Amino acid sequence: MAAPTFEVPKLKEVSEVPRVQEGAMAHIRSFPASAAIQEAIGFPGQLVENWEEKAIEKMGDLLHNYRSFKVYLDSCVHCGACTDKCHYFLGTGDPKNMPVARQDLIRNVYRRHFTFAGKYFPKLVGAKDLTKDVLDQWYTYYNQCSECRRCSVFCPYGIDTAEITMAAKEILDTIGYGQKYTNEIIGKVQRIGNNLGLPGPALEDTLEGLEEDIEADTGVKVRLPLNQKGAEVLLVTPSADFFSEPHVESLIGYAKVFHAAGISWTLSTHASEAGNFGLFIGNYDTMRNIALRIREAALELGVKRIIVGECGHAWRVAYSFWNTLVGIGAGANDPFAIQLQQQLDPRYPAPQHICEFTYDLLKRGAITVDKSANDHRVITFHDSCNVARGSRMGDMPGGQFVIPREIIKMVANNYHDMGADTIGESTFCCGGGGGLLTDDLIELRVKGALPRMEALKRVADEHQVNFMATICAICKAQFSKVLPYYGFDMNMIGGVHQLVSTAIRLDQKQ
Amino acid sequence: MPTLTIVYALLFYAATAMLVIGVGYKIYDYARTPAPLKIPTTPAPTTQAGVVWRMAREVVLFESLFKATKWTWIFGWVFHAALLLVLIRHLRYFQEPIWTIVALAQPFGMYAAFGMVIGLSGLWARRFLVDRVRYISTLSDHLMLALLLAIALSGLSMKYVAHTDIISLKAFMFGLMTFNWQPLPQDPLLLLHLFLVATLMTIFPISKLLHAPGLFFSPSRNQVDNPREHRYVSAWSAKLEQK
Ligand code: HEM
Ligand code: HEM
Ligand code: SF4
Ligand code: SF4
Repeated sequence: MAAPTFEVPKLKEVSEVPRVQEGAMAHIRSFPASAAIQEAIGFPGQLVENWEEKAIEKMGDLLHNYRSFKVYLDSCVHCGACTDKCHYFLGTGDPKNMPVARQDLIRNVYRRHFTFAGKYFPKLVGAKDLTKDVLDQWYTYYNQCSECRRCSVFCPYGIDTAEITMAAKEILDTIGYGQKYTNEIIGKVQRIGNNLGLPGPALEDTLEGLEEDIEADTGVKVRLPLNQKGAEVLLVTPSADFFSEPHVESLIGYAKVFHAAGISWTLSTHASEAGNFGLFIGNYDTMRNIALRIREAALELGVKRIIVGECGHAWRVAYSFWNTLVGIGAGANDPFAIQLQQQLDPRYPAPQHICEFTYDLLKRGAITVDKSANDHRVITFHDSCNVARGSRMGDMPGGQFVIPREIIKMVANNYHDMGADTIGESTFCCGGGGGLLTDDLIELRVKGALPRMEALKRVADEHQVNFMATICAICKAQFSKVLPYYGFDMNMIGGVHQLVSTAIRLDQKQ
Repeated sequence: MPTLTIVYALLFYAATAMLVIGVGYKIYDYARTPAPLKIPTTPAPTTQAGVVWRMAREVVLFESLFKATKWTWIFGWVFHAALLLVLIRHLRYFQEPIWTIVALAQPFGMYAAFGMVIGLSGLWARRFLVDRVRYISTLSDHLMLALLLAIALSGLSMKYVAHTDIISLKAFMFGLMTFNWQPLPQDPLLLLHLFLVATLMTIFPISKLLHAPGLFFSPSRNQVDNPREHRYVSAWSAKLEQK
């Protein structure tokens, strides 16, 4: 870790709401996308000539197509309930990182152009014209929102700033003012099939290497099959699982679970990415195109089940949107979706989360574990925002909180939750979600992690917690990077299936 | 017919039209705008009945606000509950015979006016005292509170300081409803009260007061969490299927 060029916040015993510090994060601007990146995914290469007109036109379009956008822009009463709920405000004190102020950046322009009050009494309601300065503020602050939805839990009308941010990014992209990190990745997944741009042969090599590692480690030949036609399960997982640490430990975990349960499975080069950054830029078509790859792979390989690996936003897209976007789930009626439904085993939900899958096996005793293998760890669980507030697991509301914790408790002896107001539906974002996991935003990422770090510090001091499990590739990457800034060991972060991997017994039930 | 009566009669017709047509149009507009994706804030109910229950808790108890901040919740809730009682109590000016519920609400309604004042004052104080809320407050946020407070205070003055002629007022209101105009008592407090009320009705559909219908259309609150079991498609997303 290089010495930071900014002040890392101090961890406090009791978390405090900072005082408002205007402009505290105004200097943080994520790198804009180059012309090549923009054009590769169908957006203008640079700010178009008549950007103001185009932006307003696009806003009108979105108002016409998205009820959320329209209702949320109208309904806010400036009650302030959300003002102290965003981790980026808590970590920076910049008032434009308060959810309502973030919304107001676009709401002010909406008022000016689309409402009676704003057209005729702009001063009264704070309506503003879309100047270059306002546009730059959009770019700055909508690229400081991780679309984590924490604010929407507390808003009396459920106003979801993530929806507003997505709309803003959609407008910015349309006029040629996109963000480099996210749009570059979308280009890669569309061109190559995964976010890391890992081509098929490289993937094959990596998987072979992992098989050798596992055998060297355990003496058991555990396979990581690729493009295996006729396998029972297609596993779609974030590409970071293929070689980032600690992600890969969870991939090994999934492989061991499939092996121990004796269920055939496969990965796919065509769908070697569960992540769907189309969500982050709020672009329906992009999101759909990326999701279509999964359906194509499932049909091509003839699998009976589709299971999604540890990735937060991917699970939100899979669980909440796949059925709508491409008919993975019950009820779609285009020819491919019907073919898929006939092919998939109706006894299992489509798609299924790897935690739902493993939990079921553990409960049935279909895999066995040696809990004491995890005794060197004292564990806590970080709920990832997209899983917590944008999806579900199992058949009851809140299953997404219960199932991962139950798995951990079934494979390990030492578990402690962090403070109740920092987990479950109130969980704090890791600070790197929503397309912000890029080095040009490191100051924001470090500061945004503050609320989570304070909660972690408390359980670390009180219960000697030394491992924070999570089920999201972005959380894992973000914490690996940020933990050291706060004096923690970067290896404290890992996946739930990393714990399963440690405890699972491969010698039985072959 | 005194000029003032004519002015106020026209004022109330205009305000009522604005309120009914304005809010009606907004509701129609919200209803016709598609919500293309399932975005309930989870954990969310998995059945329609569950959603009705969630929504009822939001409307009646302000559940999310309660989770967020106890101070805003207590002032906000007291203000709204009091407002509801006051409005119910006011129905007596518009009906004969009056409903039992309106009669029953009379004694509570009298205290409710104080509830309104306390609630509004607390909410207003936050706009000065809490730096975050001060930062987001616009002139219209202050004026909205001032307007409601002025309505409540003018009403209270009529009740406790300078009584107005309720019988004639009721006759005026009935006159308005039956298009058979009757003279309006020319009492300054009443004229002020009514003018402010007409203002409130007029701005309702063009201001943040749209939060009342808005809540019912909020996709993060009114959607059922069952995307795997039931396919959810809106009109324009269905069109992409054909591609
Ligand atoms: C379905 C009916 C309604 C619901 C569920 C509702 C709910 C809420 C909630 C939760 C708040 C935020 C907390 C607060 O500041 O009090 C609020 C604010 C407010 N409501 Fe309502 N409301 C409703 C109807 C109305 C009506 C009919 C009016 C006025 C005539 C009104 C006037 C206001 C005002 C002025 C505020 C802002 C208070 C401030 O400035 O802090 N509401 N409402
Ligand atoms: C056309 C509509 C209205 C008429 C004719 C009207 C008339 C009156 C009258 C005559 C009083 C005095 C009651 C008494 O002396 O016992 C009063 C009181 C009051 N009014 Fe109104 N009012 C109207 C609308 C409203 C509205 C919309 C509000 C609230 C936003 C409101 C709030 C109050 C309050 C708080 C009081 C004092 C407490 C009470 O007597 O209930 N009024 N109003
Ligand atoms: S969605 Fe998350 S990051 Fe964005 S404003 Fe809300 S709390 Fe902050
Ligand atoms: S909680 Fe909701 S209504 Fe209140 S200020 Fe925030 S966004 Fe607006």
